[in-house]
Amino acid sequence: MKLKNTMTAVAALALLLPVAACSPSAPKDGAESQTLNVALPTHAWTNAIKESIPEFEKASGIKVALTTFGEDQLSDQYNVKLNTKSKDFDVMMFRPPQDGKLFVQNGWLAPVDDYLKKADAGYKWDDFLPATVDSVTVDGSVYGAPLITEQEVLYYNKKLLAEANVKVPTTMEELEAAAAKLTDRDKGQFGFLSRGQLSASVTQFSSFLYSFGADFDNGKKATLDTPEAKKAYEFYGRMLNQYAPPGTTEMNWIQAMPIFAQGKVAFYTDVSSLSPNLDDPSTSTVVNDWGVAPFPAGPAGSHPYNISAWALGINAFSESKDAAWKFMEWATGPDMSLKLQQKGQSLARASLYSSAEGTKGFRDDMIAAIKTSTAPGVAVGHDRPLVVKVSEAREIIGKPIVTGIDGGDVAGAIEEAQTKYQQFLDEETKA
Amino acid sequence: MTPLHPPAATTSRLSAFANKHRKYVLAGPATFFIACMLIIPLGFTVYLSMTGASGSVSRNADFIGLANYLEVLTSNDRFWPAVGRTFAFTAVVLAVEMLAGLGVALLLWRTFRGDSIIRVIILLPLVATPVAVGMMWMLIFHPTIGAANEILSWIGVSAQGWLSDPRQALPTLMFIDIWQWTPMVALILLAGLRSISDEPLEAAAVDGANSFQRLIHVILPTLAPTLITALLLRAIDALKTFDIIYATKGKGGGSYHEAETLNILAYSYSFDYQYYGKASAVLVLFLIIILAICAVLIIMRKGRKA
Repeated sequence: MKLKNTMTAVAALALLLPVAACSPSAPKDGAESQTLNVALPTHAWTNAIKESIPEFEKASGIKVALTTFGEDQLSDQYNVKLNTKSKDFDVMMFRPPQDGKLFVQNGWLAPVDDYLKKADAGYKWDDFLPATVDSVTVDGSVYGAPLITEQEVLYYNKKLLAEANVKVPTTMEELEAAAAKLTDRDKGQFGFLSRGQLSASVTQFSSFLYSFGADFDNGKKATLDTPEAKKAYEFYGRMLNQYAPPGTTEMNWIQAMPIFAQGKVAFYTDVSSLSPNLDDPSTSTVVNDWGVAPFPAGPAGSHPYNISAWALGINAFSESKDAAWKFMEWATGPDMSLKLQQKGQSLARASLYSSAEGTKGFRDDMIAAIKTSTAPGVAVGHDRPLVVKVSEAREIIGKPIVTGIDGGDVAGAIEEAQTKYQQFLDEETKA
Repeated sequence: MTPLHPPAATTSRLSAFANKHRKYVLAGPATFFIACMLIIPLGFTVYLSMTGASGSVSRNADFIGLANYLEVLTSNDRFWPAVGRTFAFTAVVLAVEMLAGLGVALLLWRTFRGDSIIRVIILLPLVATPVAVGMMWMLIFHPTIGAANEILSWIGVSAQGWLSDPRQALPTLMFIDIWQWTPMVALILLAGLRSISDEPLEAAAVDGANSFQRLIHVILPTLAPTLITALLLRAIDALKTFDIIYATKGKGGGSYHEAETLNILAYSYSFDYQYYGKASAVLVLFLIIILAICAVLIIMRKGRKA
């Protein structure tokens, strides 16, 4: 009986244990060396900077703990963790066009204005490309340092063009004529390819939209049904319907790029930062055959997007904001930027494109295409609508594209998208 | 001075209390765990589903009662098609997996030379991670550079869209699920078959029953509890299928939402659009549906026992 009593007492104590385990742990000892948690996507930039991190640790005395996730998984992580005000990340790499406004509205990003004011003159904040600074600025406050810039360019297959004696097109009309000439379905050869998946297509379609003289909206009013926008929708849908491989309505770059890399497509419009994939002999058969040209001109000229695809920011809930800024200042400073640019990254500092040192890691035709695209008055600073709920807006805007690719009623789809997008904008401005 | 151990009086009082309420004390830890892991999250989900929470959960959200449910239940473009797809997917994969699983289990029932190797090979799809499975089939079914169309071209069949064709995407996903999960059904049923003793089968054979009659009248009735268990496990899993659809079709289940099941829809609402209220409403409705199906299956099983 005695033993039984003791056992029940132990059981009663065990009941209390989980409660003790749930209670917050003791505050950290301030004397121990500081650890900075940095969340990054699996991206070429991440791989390039990894090697240099020990230098930062040595110079600053701050220990850096890297966590990397796939692109979509990273935003899911932010979603889950920041919703619980987690301090797990101090420095966060984020996508200003997709996440910027939303994260700021949610109170997840800390403004860095004060740090910029105090920053060393050698940091040269004014060297960052203006379009990229805009992309990390929300309501007058800066929320991060732009990293990777991306422009839409025209990739082409030199071999296929030479065989058919076709010149690299500089206008949309020439592009369509060349694509028509180079499409031979029986041979499994196609003239044109771009993203066609509902949401993914919107960013690559944007440059076509701007080059036809249109935009998604004017801030308050949806402008998807202007005559210019209608022509852009019809053109993009027709190009993918008639000259592209089957199945484009399900293609993001992950599905589309390999088809170009296998030498089956003559022209492929996508983002400049994809080019390292084409140079990898293990996945690409066009290593020596691909070329790149500036985005072709539409009725309103050539207006590709030029965006800051990724930026570094500070978690608003972080307790190590000063250390986080130190890391950002180092990772996006002039020295490190030059070093990473030479490893093939296309970074957001203007000076990198005007010096021979900065362009060392690039092919001549790529640097020419980037320079043409980023010239003042050419590039547009967004590749998707400037709204908070970007994902939802993209699915509305992408509908007429998909309809066009499948040869459906584009005019009807545009009308529907215009109505839905206007409703969406009304709700956003109301909130 | 603080004593290291509680004084004897406290210990005995504690044991007396614990002894008196033994059933509560012993069930306590498990109850606490279930409350932490199940009831609190579920309660919070139900609460969220009645608010307009969006963007960030920690932002103040208005309590809007059943408005989310009303909106979801009247959504003819996303919710109801997703319900239809969820059930179509589950019904087809369950039917094929149960039949094929039973077939495989019957084939592997009697030992033969090399049966252990075959059993290992059959189990391989089961141990592969779902995302890897998704990536593999995505490459095989790639409309332009995939192996499936290559093989079809040898026998003169024209290239198919497979996962990229809005009409073929869901059937292709069913095929992948069947490929991956039939082995598990076979394994469960095989264990059930092994537990059937030889006597009734021999008795039936002596009475002149042929093998088909033995299957229908002896094996299947004896196997019924195992069959229903396998059915229940697979039904719950198939209804909740997420990984292979997400890995192959991405967020939203394709450009026409052609592979969007309830789980994928809830994911879109929560992680993509960040409408946490609406997403929670979808999930609560989904939970009710799953509970209803489980209840029916469990009643069926009880009925058999009685």
